[in-house]
Amino acid sequence: MLFFVAPLGFLGYQSLQTGTFDTGYTFDWAFSNYWDALRDYHDQFVRSFLYAGIATIVALLVSYPLVYWIAFRAGRWKNVFLILIVAPLFVTYLVRTLAWLNILADQGPVVGFLRDIHVLGPDGRLLATSVAVVAGITYNFLPFMALPLYVSLEQIDARLLEAAEDLYASKRQAFLHVTLPLSAPGIVAGTLLTFIPAAGDFINAQLLGTPKQYMVGNVIQSKFLDVLDYPSAAALSFILMALILVGLLVYARAVGTERLTG
Amino acid sequence: MRWVKRHILPAYALLAFCYLLLPIAVVILFSFNAPSGRFNYVWEGFTFDNWVNWDAPPGIQSAVGKSLEIGLLSTIVATVLGTLLALAIVRHQFRGRGATNMLIFLPMSTPEIVLGASLLTLFLNRQIVTGFGTIFIAHVMFIVSYVVVTVKARLIDFDRHLEEAAMDLGANEWVTFRKVTLPLLAPAILSAALLGFALSIDDFVITYFVSGPTQTFPLFVWGAARVAVPPQVNVIASAIFLVAVLVMIGNVLWGLRARRARESMPAAVPLPETLPTTEPA
Repeated sequence: MLFFVAPLGFLGYQSLQTGTFDTGYTFDWAFSNYWDALRDYHDQFVRSFLYAGIATIVALLVSYPLVYWIAFRAGRWKNVFLILIVAPLFVTYLVRTLAWLNILADQGPVVGFLRDIHVLGPDGRLLATSVAVVAGITYNFLPFMALPLYVSLEQIDARLLEAAEDLYASKRQAFLHVTLPLSAPGIVAGTLLTFIPAAGDFINAQLLGTPKQYMVGNVIQSKFLDVLDYPSAAALSFILMALILVGLLVYARAVGTERLTG
Repeated sequence: MRWVKRHILPAYALLAFCYLLLPIAVVILFSFNAPSGRFNYVWEGFTFDNWVNWDAPPGIQSAVGKSLEIGLLSTIVATVLGTLLALAIVRHQFRGRGATNMLIFLPMSTPEIVLGASLLTLFLNRQIVTGFGTIFIAHVMFIVSYVVVTVKARLIDFDRHLEEAAMDLGANEWVTFRKVTLPLLAPAILSAALLGFALSIDDFVITYFVSGPTQTFPLFVWGAARVAVPPQVNVIASAIFLVAVLVMIGNVLWGLRARRARESMPAAVPLPETLPTTEPA
């Protein structure tokens, strides 16, 4: 119990203090920390939510057909394919992110190919761009999208699809009116499980990007551990959490009303 | 056209799997690389040296040791705590039960960086020196949530008649718990523990905040990434990956065997093929 609440309480307490590491901090309801944080790191906040949002959508689009195939077509090999989906999680997070350094390297095959087909200019790079950071985030959190999706697709009763077909629904209509709505819980769970950690991530921006791609996580991390500016780091953490909570509520609202009218 | 339609989904699945597995292949491949300089980015030749001398880079051996130590300790403690907590939430009505239920999800629905930051401020404000102990506390905290969720799921569709039957047969509460409840929960507890251990070994963000001078394997990688990552890092990551895959395969096979055993249960108690008849001899 104490484990969960006490740290957050101290974080809030810290976020309202003023002072420096050398002189010590005093608690004086310094709400200005919040305004300063929002003013100074506005860009990083926008970037965090933008990158996390794109990564979540791409992860959904990439994993949906894959998981659909496993749930409906893979037959008795389902378990093997599921292991393959979670396999990336068994490679240390940092190491699998570093592997993208090898893959996207300037002399690597991907950049070479993209230069050949003129998607990238002759000096074009992937590393140190937003594309690399978003790709890294997408890759790292894809299994969190795929697993809940799989669970919801797997539970769909095949007889419902047969019924749709009997009632002269085309394959496409059956998918849009039966499969897709029934997999909605999986889509909701998957988006949350992907978006929340992605919005707080700083590893991909640090390893695959440059300070121009830095997200809020990078700022919090360096303020806490390098600059030792605890109050403003704590304020940033709280804003991040609050924004995620607001996002959650808006999302829940949207999903809920859609279901009511649908 | 029809042919294309039928094969488009499997082809897509194949591509997607390539995308998922490519980085893993790269990690394993580059564990056999023989880089001439300090950077392990370009393939330069095959060697087993990195595997044989996996502990060559200074600090890597103690970092791996620390990771295993923290992983084992925090998993054991968190599994016991989490199982008891799950039992309390599902079976007992107590004040604050709803709140406990909510709070269990807090570590799972908050970005790791906020958890790490808040733990660090707690330790700083209480003047607790960060190091092995604080990493241990932090890991117990996040593993507990996963244990509670996994064990709770199992407890909810638990057939309590089995416990009542044991009690009716004269077992006291402790014996019932040990001989009936615990064995039935065992698969859930085991998978929660495995998951917890995997999360602990892999955790970077929270550990980074509360580690102080202590270095685990992910922290070693982070430090190395600022200069040059030695191929031995790939060796350790590949080894962890192989062990995890073996455990997963073992788990699936075990599940299959258990299912088969259950299916063949009636055969284990053979019914007489023909009823004994009184035939004139």
